[in-house]
Amino acid sequence: MADTTAPQSTAAVLGRREEGAMLGISRTSRYIAHAILILGVIVVAFPIYYTFVASTHSLQTILRPPLPLLPGDRFFDNYYQALFGGVGRIGGVSVDLLLFNTTVMALGIAVGKIIISVLSAFAIVFFRFPGRMFFFWVIFITLMLPVEVRILPTYKVMVDLGLIDTYTGLILPLMASATATLLFRQFFLTIPGELVEAARVDGAGPWRFFKDILLPLSKTNIAALFVIMFIYGWTQYLWPLLVTNRNDMNTIVIALRKMISFADADTQWHLVMVTSILAILPPIMVVLFMQRWFVKGLVETEK
Amino acid sequence: MATVELKDVRKTYGGRVEAVKGVSIDIPDGAMCVLVGPSGCGKSTLLRMIAGLEEITSGTVSIGGEVVNTRGPAERDIAMVFQNYALYPHMKVYDNMAYGLRNRGMAKDEIDRRVREAAATLGLAELLERRPRELSGGQRQRVAMGRAIVRSPKAFLFDEPLSNLDAKLRGQMRIEIKNLQRALGVTSVYVTHDQVEAMTLADTLVVMNGGIAEQIDTPMAIYEKPASIFVAGFIGSPAMNLLAAHGAEQGKGLTLASGGAIKPRDLAAPEAGRQVLLGVRPEHLTLVSDSKNADIEMKVTAVETLGADTLAHGRPVAGDARGGELIARLPGSVRISEDDVLPLAIDAGAAHLFDAGTGKRI
Repeated sequence: MADTTAPQSTAAVLGRREEGAMLGISRTSRYIAHAILILGVIVVAFPIYYTFVASTHSLQTILRPPLPLLPGDRFFDNYYQALFGGVGRIGGVSVDLLLFNTTVMALGIAVGKIIISVLSAFAIVFFRFPGRMFFFWVIFITLMLPVEVRILPTYKVMVDLGLIDTYTGLILPLMASATATLLFRQFFLTIPGELVEAARVDGAGPWRFFKDILLPLSKTNIAALFVIMFIYGWTQYLWPLLVTNRNDMNTIVIALRKMISFADADTQWHLVMVTSILAILPPIMVVLFMQRWFVKGLVETEK
Repeated sequence: MATVELKDVRKTYGGRVEAVKGVSIDIPDGAMCVLVGPSGCGKSTLLRMIAGLEEITSGTVSIGGEVVNTRGPAERDIAMVFQNYALYPHMKVYDNMAYGLRNRGMAKDEIDRRVREAAATLGLAELLERRPRELSGGQRQRVAMGRAIVRSPKAFLFDEPLSNLDAKLRGQMRIEIKNLQRALGVTSVYVTHDQVEAMTLADTLVVMNGGIAEQIDTPMAIYEKPASIFVAGFIGSPAMNLLAAHGAEQGKGLTLASGGAIKPRDLAAPEAGRQVLLGVRPEHLTLVSDSKNADIEMKVTAVETLGADTLAHGRPVAGDARGGELIARLPGSVRISEDDVLPLAIDAGAAHLFDAGTGKRI
């Protein structure tokens, strides 16, 4: 709101970006830039592509190097087997249950973290209460205690609470987050005091202000955090390994690990590859779906 | 619509820093009261206390005859226009104006009627579906006004609403605000540091300095009879000249420190020897033919040619002026240049006398 410049359309902003040539970037250097970018994409994407290729071949083809660079003809067979047939390998649990478990965990962590951190940042920034700075610092110092450091006491607490092999046990310890609270705090601090006062004059109490003004203004932040936290939750390995014993409470990452036995010949690599592809699909979908919000957040400052 | 009364309102921060040191103002129903003063004089704090955004340390604020000290901003039935407009960036213009009404649980069609009416008054009808960032500064300012109008509150509070606009737009909006306030007849309190805004808008002008109201009166009364050196220097542009002088030996009259003697007709002459400051507005210094008829001689250091007027800046040849500077507003036809020595006569009838010690008007 502080900006008094003429409003700019999205097109104008993007247009300026495309005028990179104006900065003296020649045609050759643009080719070089693109070559580097393409190289980067190949480096990042090739393993994933190769996983996909491997998931469409038979086990025999995979075990007999070299692996072809093009997808094979076993796509439907492999995926059908992984989804509906090959349950023995992962402890008698179907892939969809594993995906469901992982989704519940990732969603729980992402949503829980966002709710807790938005609310605590709201309290710390907009309210004056005794011990406010104390609480802020307590939250802040937990930054220095990642899951791995506090894993034993956390495990003990979970055992005592009887939360082993429960979704709560999977989600709760990973939910508390200083990073997200700090991020929201920094964002809330940039909201002009006048806006808060205007809302007060307009008869918006704290809850209305939070719901009608703060949350809509934070939506790009929330979207970004959601993606980061969803992937964080989705890829958790150590904690789910500890806190789940029953196979039907496994996450897909744990199941993948269990599918790989030490003897190479016993491992059904084609199914492992299929499961890997299935495991990375949901995070990709989340990123693609949320990208709209990201771009929006980058192009226009809603403040 | 209501009166707004402040009784000995004080604001102390942390028990030590006194931002507002006992201000009492009565604003009649429908009047526009302008608080003016330099930054840090407590004018904004005072406004925020009326709004309920700042706690009142002592004294009372009454709106419509009711003491509202303990009420929150929403329960005081006031509307405020902020310096940076404070529009909700994610809401359309329509929703920005409707938000306060919705929070009060007003019926939808009544909200719609009021918003459209206000939008029509302010020329915003075409912009209701836009978002604040798609509007120019002036349009945003109008939306902020609209948000205040739709509420039909007991009082409007303006916190330097025009300071973010360019000079031309500011002049335009100033007139719009004045007309609108007249038309709606809503009691208003307007804070500004711009004395032109203050003079043109005010029914009651409050000149504040260091947390106290130096003078409360109509703009013209303040211009013509400033109560203190501070008010004299603050209101009027260019500022009033202040010349050191003392009461003359015999009878009536004044002896200027520069040596001249004048007889202020309408002013009670100070007793002999009393140190005073003679206040003369730049337009009350007139160029005379020669130094014999002059009350004071000024050596010109800078000339501002404004067309209609010429402002001559300079120093008295003898004696001193407060701050060492003198300004004379001469007719535009006068041709002068730097280093000229101008013989000037003081329009004694329009001069002001202040006590050199206390700075108060004599």
